[in-house]
Amino acid sequence: MKIALFIPCYIDQFYPKVGIATLQLLKKLGCDVEFPLEQTCCGQPMANSGFASLSKGCDVNFVKNFSGFDYIVAPSGSCVLHVKEHLKDDTNPIEAEQIRNNVYELTEFLTDVLKVKSLKAKFPYKVGLHNSCHGQRGLHLSSMTERMLPEFSKPEQLLSMVEGIELRKPKRNDECCGFGGTFCVFEEAVSVKMGKDRIQEHEVNDVDFITGGDTSCLMHLEGLLKRKGSKVQTIHIAEILNSSL
Amino acid sequence: MKITHDALAEKFIADEPRTDWHDETLWFVRAKRDKAAHGLPEWEQLREWGSQIKNRTLSNLSNYLIEFEKNALANGIKVHWASDAKEHNEIVHEIIKKHKIQKIVKSKSMLTEECHLNEYLHHHGIEVVDTDLGERIVQFRKEPPSHIVLPAIHLKKEDVSATFHEHLQTEKGNNDPQYLTEAARQHLRNKFVESDLAITGVNFAIAETGGFVVCTNEGNADMGAHTAKVHIACMGFEKLIPKAEDLSVFLRLLARSATGQPITTYSSHFHKPRPNQEMHIVIVDNGRSKQLGREDFRNSLKCIRCAACFNTCPVYRRSGGHSYHTAVAGPIGSILNPNLDMKANADLPFASTLCGSCSNVCPVKINIHEQLWKWRQVIVSEGYVATGKKVGMKGASFLFSNPKMYRLIGKIGRWGMRAFPLMINNKANPWFKQREMPEAPKESFRDWYLKNGKNKS
Repeated sequence: MKIALFIPCYIDQFYPKVGIATLQLLKKLGCDVEFPLEQTCCGQPMANSGFASLSKGCDVNFVKNFSGFDYIVAPSGSCVLHVKEHLKDDTNPIEAEQIRNNVYELTEFLTDVLKVKSLKAKFPYKVGLHNSCHGQRGLHLSSMTERMLPEFSKPEQLLSMVEGIELRKPKRNDECCGFGGTFCVFEEAVSVKMGKDRIQEHEVNDVDFITGGDTSCLMHLEGLLKRKGSKVQTIHIAEILNSSL
Repeated sequence: MKITHDALAEKFIADEPRTDWHDETLWFVRAKRDKAAHGLPEWEQLREWGSQIKNRTLSNLSNYLIEFEKNALANGIKVHWASDAKEHNEIVHEIIKKHKIQKIVKSKSMLTEECHLNEYLHHHGIEVVDTDLGERIVQFRKEPPSHIVLPAIHLKKEDVSATFHEHLQTEKGNNDPQYLTEAARQHLRNKFVESDLAITGVNFAIAETGGFVVCTNEGNADMGAHTAKVHIACMGFEKLIPKAEDLSVFLRLLARSATGQPITTYSSHFHKPRPNQEMHIVIVDNGRSKQLGREDFRNSLKCIRCAACFNTCPVYRRSGGHSYHTAVAGPIGSILNPNLDMKANADLPFASTLCGSCSNVCPVKINIHEQLWKWRQVIVSEGYVATGKKVGMKGASFLFSNPKMYRLIGKIGRWGMRAFPLMINNKANPWFKQREMPEAPKESFRDWYLKNGKNKS
């Protein structure tokens, strides 16, 4: 089973530790992982801003890098959803389709493909989980409060295997944090207010960390937490699942 | 250019305690909706039925409209067709003129808001009294409704008290809801008794029977229609449903989605005029045919105006209805309004994080957040986008299509952030206004991987 590691551009540039944790975790679980070296971005920033027409170059580069693998795994629900819904390559349509079908967000890859039942991880802290919208509502990583369907959560399932962790749920378990891609700058006031409200619910729970499957949401929350001088930190779920403190 | 959603939202949020109150109030309605929906094991099935009935209706709309007209005429209702807002307003005006009527009451109708009927009639010297309590409040204040089901949801009881003190001479500073409601009740009762003509909206028009249903919680549509000599019901053509039995799906979905009630207090069925009464129906297109022709957006016409997408939307709850600067605000408004005026409403599809909660609560399964995404593509391709954004996106596209360039610029950028933090951490950067920038590491993940990751881990 050959796995390609897809590290979204902003993780590559600003949060290499998330990529490292993802790679180490997959290797620990016995996976044969490769990082295709010429990867850049999935094209989502352009497409979500109305410029899907400008994401062709990204698509072509993506297909070039990620063809021929059994699975493509990324520590981001949002980028994975974008690839699943919008990756197109007219000269290599079969490869593009294979990628769309085989691309997985990290936690769903662990629960659904590797069927992980236990982890040798230890994280003795109080943690709040932020359910990122694209992973949750787009990839169905967990049940949603709006829908009248049975409850489940792939990230919670994995976090519950971590020794010492104490999960604390916020009051609104699946409200958006307000990052929203370029929304975070073009609708700055709403974006910030949404983020502050998320943080407030986690602070009431007295958590040490806010975790989640999308570094983009966490980056937004981290920026707000640091500005207010909060003691709450953000951490990607891969870092918790890979931790062996 | 008029003020866009982001600027209006910023103004709204400047009063943070009020924003919190607005958010909590609407979240309370969303929570009531969840509870009501959870009470029905068949909820998801009902949504599917609602969606399918509306799909069928839209696919055969011309036939159902003809069937409806035929049956309505047979019932003794006069049927009018209006291609746009102007024709709609003229038709209503003509009926008023013909009867030489001065006193008019109107129950809630978002269509007449969309057509700006009140302003049109005011311009022609005719005053209309809105009889829905929330609508009467905003009418006194010369404001548009901020929500399609809860028109005055942006106001607190203190605001209502001040407004009623000014217009109804209630005691200054008396904020007791009971007292204020009673004052409105007495005021409106006189208006009902005096009125000669009642205008109502339509929630559902039934092709099979030629009748229509109006849902209110206050009974004000009935009070108006039952006392007036002339009843005019105004509807967008998408209000049609094929059969009376379809109501058993929609009436259950509507109130639960809107307010969490099992059913609206009054679901009033109108089929024919009373003896000596005249009953009119004005069927309005106003851009709906065009939307029907847009494959990606046609199913927005399935909307039954429950406003569940408003109440769940984390942006709407924090930006207020007026930030959408259109009659129908919220996520559904953001996919309907670009069709009416793409240039004026080009900002609206971007007033969303695409979180998808709207599509999840929609009782007729409109893929609202996907349509927001698609409208963004249409708006950009039609050129309604700021030049700066366009240039930025072209730059990003170039960078991400060229791996070497991406890595080089990334490296220089991170170095610049470390060496000259003030280049980024300044007022011109909207991220930095209220948030710290992420730290810029020396090594990218790829750098690390080449050194450490390939064989070791």
